[in-house]
Amino acid sequence: MALTRRTLFTVGGGLAATATLAACGTNTGRTSPAATASAGTTASGPQLAQWYHQYGEDGVEEAVRAWAAEFTDAQIDVNWVLSNYEDALAAALLTPTAPDVFEYANGPTLDMIKAGQVADLTEMLGDAGAEFTPSVLARMTYDNKVWAIPQTVDMQLLYYRPSVLAEAGVQPPTTLAELTEVAQAVATPERGGFYAGQDGGIGVLGLLLMWASGLDEFNEARTEAAFNTSALYATVAQYKALFDSPGMVKAASADWSDASPFINGECALQWGGLWDLPNVTEAFGDDVGVLPFPASGGDPVVPFGAFSACVSAASDHVDVAQDYVRWLWVDSDDKQVEFSDGFGTHIPAKPSLFSRASQVASGPGADAAAFVTDHGRSNALFWTAASGQAYSTALSNCVLNGADPAAEFGAAAQTVDAELARVND
Amino acid sequence: MARRTPAPLLNRPVWFWALVTPFLAGLLVFVYVPLLWSLWLSFYDARNTVTPTDFVGLANYVALLNDRLFVDSMVTFVAFAAFIVPLTFACSLGLALLLQRVTVFRGFFRSVFFIPTAVSYVIAAMVWRMSFFNGARFGLANTLLTDLGQQPVNWLGGENNWYWLVLVSLRLWLQVGFYMILFIAGLNQIDPQLFEAAALDGANGWRRFRYVTFPLLRPTSVAVAMLLLFNAFQAFDEFYNTLITAGGYPPFARPPLVYLYLISFGGGAQDLGIGSAGTMILTLVILVFSLIQNRVLALGGGGQ
Repeated sequence: MALTRRTLFTVGGGLAATATLAACGTNTGRTSPAATASAGTTASGPQLAQWYHQYGEDGVEEAVRAWAAEFTDAQIDVNWVLSNYEDALAAALLTPTAPDVFEYANGPTLDMIKAGQVADLTEMLGDAGAEFTPSVLARMTYDNKVWAIPQTVDMQLLYYRPSVLAEAGVQPPTTLAELTEVAQAVATPERGGFYAGQDGGIGVLGLLLMWASGLDEFNEARTEAAFNTSALYATVAQYKALFDSPGMVKAASADWSDASPFINGECALQWGGLWDLPNVTEAFGDDVGVLPFPASGGDPVVPFGAFSACVSAASDHVDVAQDYVRWLWVDSDDKQVEFSDGFGTHIPAKPSLFSRASQVASGPGADAAAFVTDHGRSNALFWTAASGQAYSTALSNCVLNGADPAAEFGAAAQTVDAELARVND
Repeated sequence: MARRTPAPLLNRPVWFWALVTPFLAGLLVFVYVPLLWSLWLSFYDARNTVTPTDFVGLANYVALLNDRLFVDSMVTFVAFAAFIVPLTFACSLGLALLLQRVTVFRGFFRSVFFIPTAVSYVIAAMVWRMSFFNGARFGLANTLLTDLGQQPVNWLGGENNWYWLVLVSLRLWLQVGFYMILFIAGLNQIDPQLFEAAALDGANGWRRFRYVTFPLLRPTSVAVAMLLLFNAFQAFDEFYNTLITAGGYPPFARPPLVYLYLISFGGGAQDLGIGSAGTMILTLVILVFSLIQNRVLALGGGGQ
């Protein structure tokens, strides 16, 4: 499985689902001088390397290469990384052949910022920051500085068919308790109710349960875990009720990131990605509805992910690299619309462009774009891999094995506190 | 007339070094340098750097040993080893003994059992996960179960312990052929005259195995047991590729290497200090285990 953009939605486990481990590339992302000469680039100025991960849709690579060639102040060599993007990039950033410009899911990691690997883009962005969806840009902001420019936004949502719900005489669920009832009401011997992945949704819904309870990972100062409360225990108990109910589908022909189970009629409601909206509408036409994850004491919530452009602080040409990022991802609205709308279903990072992106201008796509603006959240910068593991273990032990939430999340909170102490110093 | 003793072009030490140097260099560069570097990193807060400056002493070790999930992962390993080591040992020895008695198509049968060794762990894990033990109704195992009137089982969902069956059967299938070959080699080392002598004394079947074959197989058995234990410790590929989902690796059945991978490289992070400390702890544990095993099996002891 190549790292496609859908795999960035791994907020629960804190782990990118990069299933392949065997990549061992020699491509440093820099074309040799000879190759550049033969490519016949017309741009003058310094040579910059820009990295992208492999987008699954056809045409993206050609488009970003063409855009890079349009930039006149530097020669941009685009490196299209076919697999293990995050590992390859993390390794490259430690070497002199680090790319000058690169994209990263939800902006650079806290460690990248703290290690001084990425340039502060606040000044370059300036007032244009107000054009971006606030919830998205906030995720790229740390210490009141902006560290990346969102390129496009992906998100997850709940798919259902209005006709199926109407047939069962139920309304679209707005709370987790209602979802539990609806899942059972619509389930038949042939078609299950609710599906959220081969792991029963533990991985993909983990943090959503916390957020839908009205809770955050940490306190404001990011010194202490803030999720270990009775509100979370109640939500987890409710999710366990759903998980144990006959309405829950625990295994299907594909994982949640692929809407095939929903399209095949293996389930009536599926947690999925916006990227599958074209397939879903092709199968069901107008009979498609989308919802955020229902509230459970707090507000409804959707997770988003935004591949965002970062500039390497170690670049010899930080200023030119910033100019390039500004030109492409801040100033060139046409290119941003095409990037989001031309090759798949994504949401532009600026709300003013929604109306120009055909797929989110109306219908379920427009609902999805509104969900991100109103209810969008993303995993927190200080949520380390060890914190994610501790939290998902607690959740799994409670939901799968019926363990005591207070004990489990208490232990997870201790791990998170220890991690915060470690990353804060 | 040819010279009877050609003068050596170069003397022996030069040839010795010429032949040994490439191997030695590889060993140094790819084994010892990373090992020592890792040891050094384990005493530092080394996030996103291989040349850290923030010395933290034993803090990484303390953090891991206080991490109940790391301790749990050691328990997972022990459970896995407790299944896989004796099972593979018995199955590969049994196959070797059976194949010794086969007189026709011996090469064919040996190949049949050896071929899985050549299969990639990743590919095999995908076959096990997607077709044999798919939790949906149409998985092979579930199709058989429903044909027999049973309920389908969610093999890998973690609600039950059936994932152990999946993981152990996968590892067994992959490695049994290799250890079978080791046992066959060991069996071929035994002087046939001893079997004849045993037969003359009336020892057959079980008694012959118990008093002749098994004791004489001891060097092979010790090596196989040791290799099996080390390989069980290094469990990663089949766990990772069998249990990974789009939501990440599930929060159960994490052997130590998987857990260390998840916390030190999860989500594109690079927490090399924690990762290094974890591998050092594992190295120590493997060392202790092999010393105990050596003592128990008296390999290289005075009692040979």
